[in-house]
Amino acid sequence: MTGDTNVGRQETAAPAIELRGISKAFGSVQANKDISIKVARGTIHGIIGENGAGKSTLMSILYGFYRADAGEILIHGRPTQIPDSQAAIRAGIGMVFQHFKLVNTFTVLENVILGAEDGPLLRPSLSKARKVLQDLARDYELDVDPDALVEDLSVGHQQRVEILKALYRQADILILDEPTGVLTPDEADHLFRILRGLKDQGKTIIIITHKLREIMEITDTVSVMRRGQMTATVKTAETSPEQLAELMVGRKVLLDVAKTPATPGRTILEVKGLRVRDEHGVERVKGIDLHIRAGEILGIAGVAGNGQSELIEVLGGIMKGSGTVLLNGEPLDLSGRASDAESRREKGVAHVPEDRQHLGMILDFTAWENLAFGYQGDPAYHRNAILMDNDAMMQEALGKMERFDVRPPIPTLQGKSFSGGNQQKIILAREIERNPDLLLVGQPTRGVDIGAIEFIHKRIVELRDAGKAVLLVSVELDEIMSLSDRIAVMFDGRIMGERDPDQTNERELGLLMAGVDNETAA
Amino acid sequence: MDYATLLQILDSTLRLATPLLLACLAGLYSERSGIFDIGLEGKMLAAAMATGAVAFYSGNVWVGALAGIGASLVFAVVHGLASITFRGNQLISGVALNFVASGITVLIAQAMFGQGGRTPPLDGAARFNPITLPFADALGTVPVLGPLYREVISGHTALVYVALAAVPLTWWVLYRTRYGLRLRAVGENPASVDTAGVSVARLRYSAVAITGILCGLAGAYMAAGLQAGFGREMTAGRGYIALAALIFANWLPWRALAATLLFGFLQALALRPDVIERTLQISIPVPALDALPYVLTIIVLFGFVGKPQPPRAGGEPYVKER
Repeated sequence: MTGDTNVGRQETAAPAIELRGISKAFGSVQANKDISIKVARGTIHGIIGENGAGKSTLMSILYGFYRADAGEILIHGRPTQIPDSQAAIRAGIGMVFQHFKLVNTFTVLENVILGAEDGPLLRPSLSKARKVLQDLARDYELDVDPDALVEDLSVGHQQRVEILKALYRQADILILDEPTGVLTPDEADHLFRILRGLKDQGKTIIIITHKLREIMEITDTVSVMRRGQMTATVKTAETSPEQLAELMVGRKVLLDVAKTPATPGRTILEVKGLRVRDEHGVERVKGIDLHIRAGEILGIAGVAGNGQSELIEVLGGIMKGSGTVLLNGEPLDLSGRASDAESRREKGVAHVPEDRQHLGMILDFTAWENLAFGYQGDPAYHRNAILMDNDAMMQEALGKMERFDVRPPIPTLQGKSFSGGNQQKIILAREIERNPDLLLVGQPTRGVDIGAIEFIHKRIVELRDAGKAVLLVSVELDEIMSLSDRIAVMFDGRIMGERDPDQTNERELGLLMAGVDNETAA
Repeated sequence: MDYATLLQILDSTLRLATPLLLACLAGLYSERSGIFDIGLEGKMLAAAMATGAVAFYSGNVWVGALAGIGASLVFAVVHGLASITFRGNQLISGVALNFVASGITVLIAQAMFGQGGRTPPLDGAARFNPITLPFADALGTVPVLGPLYREVISGHTALVYVALAAVPLTWWVLYRTRYGLRLRAVGENPASVDTAGVSVARLRYSAVAITGILCGLAGAYMAAGLQAGFGREMTAGRGYIALAALIFANWLPWRALAATLLFGFLQALALRPDVIERTLQISIPVPALDALPYVLTIIVLFGFVGKPQPPRAGGEPYVKER
């Protein structure tokens, strides 16, 4: 169509995907700037970069969600227009989004045929899909019960449904956006086996991730994006995590947390027989015992949804529960009038919630307001009994933003104007500078850039070294293993076991996260 | 209560349930696609007025019904534009359209006929006339079932049978066709439909159009079946009752039939205070009986009757995002 004289010659060894000079701007933000890559057929190609580096925009252009302002897409050497998702599917591209696009109330089969039905009636499509799924399950370890409702499936199985959807549409190029974010290590291993199988069948796979370890493990080549530009494309075998991190951030990054061994003191928090029910009356925490001493970080590992959120929210006074919780030897009110966040703060419990944009801050409010929330009763913030002292709050906000390296350090900006990492720094500054006895921190680095992760981890370790107790909840095993002094693994509302981070490994923790206890099984 | 009286009440039940059933199924299509429609009432009212006026001039009830469907579709398209294209608040759009319909129907009827906002009485071919089903008289002599067939099943106007047929048809469309699969999907998770390469907006517009057609039939039945002409606010909250029935029915077609029959039964009872007095041996004031369907509506909306599971994406405009 373009009259490119080389088209004929390229056909033989044409890359599965070639992008030439792709650019895309949203208003004044240049999300993609003159991006060109080639992905060879039958390879696994990784794309890494910090949040906002433009990876997702680029893949959305490939899947027809956005149209590029400039540039060309070639699929198997042929210039291809991708104005919508239908066109992407026709071009043989399948996409597995980070947040699955499944209908929870449908069966697996219904989800697979949706949009790819063979005719106006469902019956023929359903029986055809049933057969195709059987074949795919056999060929690629993609077993899922075709008649199960999606909402009853585990996250790992739901992801398989997404892959099956793409394969059912005969995709030969598969794009996966942050595919392991919600998986246990075991499930991730299984996914990688599936992907290798697909690769062996000649499929081309693109993985977007921020996890360097996965890039090193599964990809053949890797491209690094920074600020909308493709900064490098290298063979995975010829690079290292350190080099990739440096390429992503643009400076040297310390991947491991530097910390000295803990010197635990007296017990700060003691939890006995804690139980929590959610608003539907389902028991989420089913009797937990744990303790944290001064100068110690206890990490709670587990797949999301196994009661960690409820645990941290009860301790933070957001949910109600039953059992005994002692803070500095004094019982906390778990279900009565003093079981709220304000009473907890008065007792020296600071809380950096998991869902930072809903519970941690008000996005439409300014940074200086967000830096005072939860402590607005502090006399230092008040001129007299009625009026607040905005000047004092503003002064304090400036200092906190400087000490926590919040960028840009402008207190009058709205919360939503800051990146995820800087939002988290605002919340950490607010909670840590109150000098709490116990810091509850949930998913401290979810959606946070590598550079900011380093800073946040350093601050948490500093608090520990100052003799405070820290309860860390995270679904990132790497984070749990590098920050914690002790690790407790939660599964189905219970603590499956406690391990010393120096004497365990991902494999063992992964089994515990999946509810398998080696010690009792052996 | 004797058998003849029971049959009379059941006969009224079916007649009174018909507009509710049509409106309830109308709402089902829209809400299953993720567009809440509180404006069933307004669409019925507009359709009733258009049917009354056009049936009067043309002398043909079917021409009138077509006009009613047209009027209802205009309202449906406006609601679609507001909720789908412009991503507005669906409740506000629906309420606004109800107000518009309430005013504009009386205004137009008054301007056209000058009879205090009514349309002139319809008769003959300008009304829906009862259809006697085959063998109704012959089978009428069979004990028990015969009279049931003759008095309750037979002898209704065409739209009653259309409404009844719409129930299995809707079930079949929802669960056996490609369109139904996509319709249910778009109301649960529009992103799943979008990423499968199907247009969310087109699907939702089609559902809203079906809602318009069914509301048009409901309004036409009000003006030319149940009554003989349009009168101000003649729908009397039936659009809201249909919404309550839809929630009661948990957005399922067969349960919609059951729910609207229940509401129709209560309305039929209100027409026969004498029967209640004889059966229960107490005298209930007529206004209290009239209020029964509305009281049940409130009870349903309070959620006393099981936990409803509305389409999960209902009420939210779809914004493409990753």
